[in-house]
Amino acid sequence: MDATSAAHAAQHHAPPTSFIRKHVFSLDHKVIGKQYYALALVAVLTGMVLSWLMRIHLGWNNAAIPGLQFLSANGAPAGKMTPEYYLELMTMHATIMVFFVLTTAPFAAFGNYFLPIQVGAEDMPFPHFNMMSFWTTFVAFCVLISVFFVGDGPPLSGWTAYAPLSAIGKVAGPGQGTGQVLWATAIGIFCIGQLLGALNFISTVLDMRTKGMTLARLPVTAWAWFITSCMGLTAFAVLMPACVLLILDHVAGTSFFVASGLVINDQLLPHSGGSTLLWQHLFWFFGHPEVYIAIVPGMGIITHVLITNMRRPMLSMKAILYSLWALAFLSYMVYGHHMFVSGMNPFSSLAFSFPTLMITIPSTILVLIWIGSLYGSKLRINSASLFALGFVSMFVSGGVSGFFLAQPSIDIMLHATYFVVGHFHMVMGVAAMFGIFSGTYFWFPKMTGRMMNETLGKVHFWLSFVGTYCIFMPFHYLGWAANVRRFASFTDDFLKPLIPLHQFITVAALFTGAVQLIFIYNLIHSRFKGAPAPDNPWEGTSLEWSMPSPPPWNNFGGKDPVVYHDPYQYGVKTSTGADYVMQNSPEQIATGGD
Amino acid sequence: MAKLLALTIIVIAIASAVPVVMHTWEAPADVSTHGHLIDEQMSETMIEAGVSFLAAQIILAIFIWKFSSFHTDGKTRTFPGGAKGLVIAALVLVGAEVLALGAFGVKAWATVYFIPPSADALPIQVQAGQFAFYFRYPGPDRKFGALHPELINEANQNFFGLDPEHDPDARDDIVTAEMAIPVNQEIHLLMHAKDVSHSFYVPALRIHQDFVPGLDLSVHFTATKIGKYEIVCSQLCGLGHYSMRAYLSVMSREDFNDWLKKEAALQ
Amino acid sequence: MATTIQEPPKAEARRIPTRNSGNGGWRNPVPADGNLLEVEEYSPPPSSSAIWVGIAAITMSFAAFTSALIVRQGSSTDWRHITLPSVLYLSTLVLLVSSVTLEIARRRVATFMGGLKSQVASPGRWLYITLSLGLLFVAGQYMAWLQLRSKGLYLATNPNSSFFYVFTAVHALHVMGGLGGLVRVISKLSRSVLRRSTLDATSYYWHFMGALWLYLFLLLRMKL
Repeated sequence: MDATSAAHAAQHHAPPTSFIRKHVFSLDHKVIGKQYYALALVAVLTGMVLSWLMRIHLGWNNAAIPGLQFLSANGAPAGKMTPEYYLELMTMHATIMVFFVLTTAPFAAFGNYFLPIQVGAEDMPFPHFNMMSFWTTFVAFCVLISVFFVGDGPPLSGWTAYAPLSAIGKVAGPGQGTGQVLWATAIGIFCIGQLLGALNFISTVLDMRTKGMTLARLPVTAWAWFITSCMGLTAFAVLMPACVLLILDHVAGTSFFVASGLVINDQLLPHSGGSTLLWQHLFWFFGHPEVYIAIVPGMGIITHVLITNMRRPMLSMKAILYSLWALAFLSYMVYGHHMFVSGMNPFSSLAFSFPTLMITIPSTILVLIWIGSLYGSKLRINSASLFALGFVSMFVSGGVSGFFLAQPSIDIMLHATYFVVGHFHMVMGVAAMFGIFSGTYFWFPKMTGRMMNETLGKVHFWLSFVGTYCIFMPFHYLGWAANVRRFASFTDDFLKPLIPLHQFITVAALFTGAVQLIFIYNLIHSRFKGAPAPDNPWEGTSLEWSMPSPPPWNNFGGKDPVVYHDPYQYGVKTSTGADYVMQNSPEQIATGGD
Repeated sequence: MAKLLALTIIVIAIASAVPVVMHTWEAPADVSTHGHLIDEQMSETMIEAGVSFLAAQIILAIFIWKFSSFHTDGKTRTFPGGAKGLVIAALVLVGAEVLALGAFGVKAWATVYFIPPSADALPIQVQAGQFAFYFRYPGPDRKFGALHPELINEANQNFFGLDPEHDPDARDDIVTAEMAIPVNQEIHLLMHAKDVSHSFYVPALRIHQDFVPGLDLSVHFTATKIGKYEIVCSQLCGLGHYSMRAYLSVMSREDFNDWLKKEAALQ
Repeated sequence: MATTIQEPPKAEARRIPTRNSGNGGWRNPVPADGNLLEVEEYSPPPSSSAIWVGIAAITMSFAAFTSALIVRQGSSTDWRHITLPSVLYLSTLVLLVSSVTLEIARRRVATFMGGLKSQVASPGRWLYITLSLGLLFVAGQYMAWLQLRSKGLYLATNPNSSFFYVFTAVHALHVMGGLGGLVRVISKLSRSVLRRSTLDATSYYWHFMGALWLYLFLLLRMKL
């Protein structure tokens, strides 16, 4: 490099000095990743508290929850939750969890931090867009939370916001005026943030790989983030128009989603000609890829964690990658399985059910490869690997309920019941959370330079593993017994006998929620008092383990790393006696150098 | 610790399966003509899902147990057949399994949705609105009067917006708050949404269909057992969603005719 | 893409260096056997693939709006044909001409930046012309709105008018983003820090706005 270009480069990459530039409006992907993680942490605690309130109300319908009246005087007079407030809390719980936890933590938080490092880059190609993507997401979160304090409360139409309930305004119910419009605005802003993020991720993988880093040498986590970004790009680009049209129906008197001749409170609504099902098609075209956006990064993370802890590569990385791509591709063809009895043409229902059944195949391949790779391995047990194994177990449990829901004839019985709620909480909620936990225990030493407390980590795992099974497995039994979902109370004759099971679930939920405080304590305590971490505590091979813990502001110290090997050279004979070769090590190995 | 994890996974897997095998919580007994096809499909799927679930969890547990002692000098071994065998197993076995489920399930779905109602099905209209179901029988002229949404007036009990003064077809329509049908009689249920999306779900009848504002759909079914069943709304429709229900009484033909006469007198 | 610009005769294009990394980029793949001697030291800047990613996202959005239009048209009987405001024909022409002027601008700027400063008097002139045409297009869209309003067709009057306003407004918003990009290019050019990749990316985006408008214009003409 000549003198001008070196100077130019230096100017571009001068380290930040002011507090604002270092910690607030930072261009450094590592800081942005940590900011996303912090946002997801706040979001998950909020979402969890909301779920506690919901569960207490379901188990003990008439109980007064002390203090709830301060959150909403109308929603919970003297602490007793009204049915509308239950639905509002439910809507916010789901919206916060799906968008600000499951899309944010595994993808935006870990991806922002580690993707540039894993491809050997100094930063993402568009740091300003990256910074904007975080702050846009942050603004979206603020707008979303504001619904608790504005107008007559949050919307009650669920995170799915089906029209016309969500489109006709205040007449539909409390929270459906200002609350619904703010909700749609927040989600629209969120879409913009994610699109900016996806842009950066895709460009990083395509154009920022260092010398020797072919696509075939990318760690599985990098692939997972890349595949997720491709899905995000197309899915969020469809949700945003849907939100725009919904807002227009509210504030501009249009009728995109509201049909003619509808009457509420004896008043004929002014809308005409809109299509109820149009909202569902637009929403689920986004919604189904969204659930894969939530889980694919977690799959990448636990694959990466398991390989490092098994001291051997997966049986076939190709099978894993093709399966992840197949999941992404098929995810666009299956969305109608959310609409089997929606009034859509019954032929379409059958048409959607076949790719839905087919999507079992790549999921099965992944599970079989994960389990099959354990055979003959040298599995190390630590907090990260425990959560990775827990992910596999949870994904199996949540996945087999998909066999039922993929068939329209069975969906006749199980649609809109707790069976669906159990399915998605296990396969997406808990599994993705376990992926986040696994990634945290694994990468915390690199991000902070300190080790987390292993004992607390193991206690966290055991209690969470058993606890989440106690919460969500019974949901399936409730579903088989035809327990309809989104009910604030169970007053139907056939539902009253199920209340004891609901109470059991509530106790399990409160307990498991409390257990998460162990994790929070571990995070905070270890951040300041944890044992100093070596550069490579897990003896990993990918590029993040070749740098100091924590990494310097310019990742590789201003030099480009050079990559000689694929990322999973474990179980090999080396000159130093170690059983692994790092990607950037020039050492040639006798068996399988590449 | 690995062995404990393995044991825990096995215990959880078996414990999860117990309530299913013991039928502790299950759907109400089927009282419809088409329901057995759905129930058969459900049992089929239960077996396949159950076997897959137990096998996967138990094998996961066994592998965790066996392969977690860390010998620094031992070599790793590969699963016999490597990835190839597993991928082929997934493609062929699981592929065949899901295709079979899909193919066999078409019959149950087709019976509900692709076969039109027979000519002597009894037409009944149901209207879903926040937060109640109302039903309408066509009366002796066998014709339903037209709906005029602007005439809907709950206080005057004109739930459907009928105009009996100007519409002769509407004069003998019978509007009720609960649904009664004769046993072993095919019913052609015409579904109309008054305000937002709702759904008509009768678990015992194996019937589940959303109401779509702007789209008038129908389903048909035949009940085979006399009794009282609950119709619940299963599509979130507002704050009263949890309490939106109606009762469906399946009666003998004589009882039904009496009931209908009584309701007609109350109009 | 990169080869459409006429190569400046003989003078060696001055390479403005990009970030330190990226030598394994997708247009500069490292051979599978890892023979690093075959890797060039310079790989294309990321904005050249990034702009296509952005264009893909915008395309998906308009695809969603299009499907909303098609479904909405099919779902009811209240579709009322509207005649497109006549000013739209003019503004379409203006936008297409602006793509031509942008291409002229690109060649001149490339020659200028390539070192042949003497051959190009004011390299920014055609950029300014493009910018003006772009502003004229947006003004034309606004006039189209006024023309519709004078016929009593507002956003919520009927579904046709709703879609007209939504499509033209969303497109115009994106065009204004493109105008911002052009301003940025002009500013960088005047300070001599304009990179080829920035100019290229902005141009692809601008041409996409033209192509997208052509599609929308035909769609609105056919469907509304």
